[in-house]
Amino acid sequence: MRYRLDVNGTVREVDVPPEMPLLWVLRGELGLLGSKYGCGVGLCGACTVHVDGAPQRSCQLPVSQIGAARIHTIEHIGSTAIGARLQQAWLKIDVMQCGYCQAGQIMSACALLRRNAKPNDAQINAAMAGNICRCGCYNRIRTAIRIAAGMEEEGGRAA
Amino acid sequence: MLREELRAGINRRTVLKASLLAGGGLALDVLTPFPSALGATDQEGARAAQLSAFVSIAPDGTVTIMSKDPEIGQGIKTSLPMIVADELDCDWSQVRIAQADLDQKRYGEQYAGGSTATPRDWMPMRQTGAAARAMLMQAAANQWRVEAAQLTTAKGRIYHAASGRSVGYGEVASAAAAVPPPDLSAVPLKRPEQFTIIGRPVVGIDSARIVKGQPIFGIDTRLPGMLYAVYEVAPAHGGRLIKADIEAAKQSPGVRHVVPIVGNGDADSGLADGVAIVATNWWLANEARAKLKVDWDLSASKGHSSSVYQAKADAAIAAGAGADLRVDGDPSGKLAAAARRVAARYDYPFIAHAPMEPQNCTARYADGKLEIWAPSQTPQRGMDQLKKVFGFEPAAVTLHLTRAGGGFGRRLMNDYMVQVVAIAKAIPGVPIQLMWSREDDIRRDYYRPGGWHSFEAGISAKGELIAFTDHFVTFGDGKNTARAAGFNPAMPPAGLIEHLRYSQSMMPTVVTTGAMRAPGSNALCFVSQSFLDEVALAAGTDLPHLMLTLLGERREIAPPGGGVPFDTGRARDVIEKVVQTSDWAHKPHDPGRAKGFAFYFCHRGYFAEVVEASVRGSAIAVHKVWVAGDIGSQIVNPMGAENQVRGAVIDGLAQAFAGQAIEFVDGAVQQSNFNDFPLARMPATPEIEVAWVKSGKPPTGLGEPVLPPVIPALTNAIFAATGARIRSLPVRLKSA
Repeated sequence: MRYRLDVNGTVREVDVPPEMPLLWVLRGELGLLGSKYGCGVGLCGACTVHVDGAPQRSCQLPVSQIGAARIHTIEHIGSTAIGARLQQAWLKIDVMQCGYCQAGQIMSACALLRRNAKPNDAQINAAMAGNICRCGCYNRIRTAIRIAAGMEEEGGRAA
Repeated sequence: MLREELRAGINRRTVLKASLLAGGGLALDVLTPFPSALGATDQEGARAAQLSAFVSIAPDGTVTIMSKDPEIGQGIKTSLPMIVADELDCDWSQVRIAQADLDQKRYGEQYAGGSTATPRDWMPMRQTGAAARAMLMQAAANQWRVEAAQLTTAKGRIYHAASGRSVGYGEVASAAAAVPPPDLSAVPLKRPEQFTIIGRPVVGIDSARIVKGQPIFGIDTRLPGMLYAVYEVAPAHGGRLIKADIEAAKQSPGVRHVVPIVGNGDADSGLADGVAIVATNWWLANEARAKLKVDWDLSASKGHSSSVYQAKADAAIAAGAGADLRVDGDPSGKLAAAARRVAARYDYPFIAHAPMEPQNCTARYADGKLEIWAPSQTPQRGMDQLKKVFGFEPAAVTLHLTRAGGGFGRRLMNDYMVQVVAIAKAIPGVPIQLMWSREDDIRRDYYRPGGWHSFEAGISAKGELIAFTDHFVTFGDGKNTARAAGFNPAMPPAGLIEHLRYSQSMMPTVVTTGAMRAPGSNALCFVSQSFLDEVALAAGTDLPHLMLTLLGERREIAPPGGGVPFDTGRARDVIEKVVQTSDWAHKPHDPGRAKGFAFYFCHRGYFAEVVEASVRGSAIAVHKVWVAGDIGSQIVNPMGAENQVRGAVIDGLAQAFAGQAIEFVDGAVQQSNFNDFPLARMPATPEIEVAWVKSGKPPTGLGEPVLPPVIPALTNAIFAATGARIRSLPVRLKSA
């Protein structure tokens, strides 16, 4: 089946079975490799993208259900104000170890800050609970979100 | 001189090779005759010097340093080049880092495991940087007709104070290529207070690419015409392929090839029997698996069930002490004479590594040559496996290292590399990327093996620990233990008391086992520090004070059979440090809330940790973890080091109480994904406070030694909070 998808502001055409999850359209058909496969069943968040601004696990979203929705991926997020602030905060305290899950972490964090500019720790925990970091960089992910939200002294402790 | 100290410096047979960089500049190579490199001739070593010199300095002053080891998230791609750059005395902004291909003749050992890179490479990296600096200074001295001793350097420039002249490294780099390389063992090194890069927080070299989602991991490898593969294996460990009906799978959308592969029956070299499905998109390949009809011979898997293993362990413990591994003094006599005896059994399950990036590898086979893109902790072992399984000579194989999305010991094994090569050989000329599903990854691991321990301790009337025994039940063929299923005869309190017995029984398994972050120690620390907590309380003291008493005077204790000695003074210092930072003497007032302590020494690192946790019903909350560690005189990159510490604490806590256990029924793994093999998540993350004890010893590694103590520190805290002694992992509390 042919589908026209609005990905990162560009309409892209693909010819794939209707059940193919968006993740495999992005990675296998469109060459957008930032979204990662971690579990394939929506448990780890490594494949998180934004669909009309809302965070979604792209491994769970069949291409046939996307329609005209606007899809944004980690490759695009730096061109948004919140996304750019998050990327800078991530680098400021060097959040990552292996880094494999971080695209999904940033996408979830970005969706959080869009709907809640100053989240408290409980709200951060709740919004990020679906994103696994096997290396255990959670303290720094929390701190980076607080830095990006302007809630933590920049250059403060890299907790 | 100790063997490891010898290893810590440049070998006297090491050859420094300088040459002119293509386009001008200095190319410097350090050719170290590691065992695998003994066959290398000078000519071979120099062959590619201008393409991939270990350190090169371009005319514009750009310094390129090869990262030789695999990067798996431990930060080595940043920290080793920091060491070179500091002794070179350049500015970090001048430095570029390139990932080296596998070539141990050029780079020495290329390995990520055992927390070995820092102790192994600390001195060679310093000497290499210092040698390059000396050659640049000599080139400037020749140009200015002054003595090199009159020159100084800073941030990539050479200064002659007497004449006020200065020159950038790049401007003399080509001339430096003609300077005779200095004697590495005599090249002057900085004093620690002169370091400008080592010891400063430096952001990871790939971090800026990671936050943008740029393709740098194994699964991001893309080649023209590449196809994607899955590899279906037997549903149970020990299974063999009988026959496969592949016709329906072949007709599945996007599928290009279906390739049954008969392995070699050797789990260690990694070619399990299987059926590869190769398609234009990985998801299409994976979907086609449902259409395979494969007959498997599962007769060897029968009886390899967790319940059977448990029953065999019970029987082995009931049968007596097993075979002696270490007997000091008269443990039986002293136990019999003890005023008080404490006995307990402990056990822990098989667990999976589950790195976030599933096992994967990309390969292209054409005209007898192989090119491989691998996330691997042990690329040389992979090369050896390819020779063993397929007969590939190293000269026919080019092995590129990709960044790996986590390792934890899983990528020591390269089974996925052997599999993709089997597939690529069947489809010459077409690049193949094999990726496992998460379910494949959980079910086909080389697991941390489960184990059982039966302890007994004797306490004197004065409250001293006078005898200690442990009967360990593990897996093995009766002669040798299975991979990573062995005991450590130096496990404390061995060496600290006079009368002690460690013994062992084993049972066979068809399950593949292997090293998991802090192998051995991750389990032995839990059982021994938990049981010693019981002993301490029975003796009227607490674990930190029992440990301090046992440690006694500052001294080094050599383990039986050689190896890294245990320094009781360093152990004492980290224990005293964490007792202080955690305010150990101050007990939380809230009911159900308490602190627990544990100490361990492994991978050359000394760590004492305190966990403060509370228990309500069956729910455990970890509030804070204090870590005190000694990994020597110098933390190379504090930015990465503190992250490693926190990550290891979170990893250990997840092993303890997230519910991790791999279980078998007739060789079939019962878990499949993160629903039934849960990993740590953010809401359970405690505050983690890190304190370093900087002993004067050479710097050592950090990937592993932090992890083991946090598990018994938690279980000891749970006991202090509730009176429930945790003797089995994972922690599963009954609701009150």
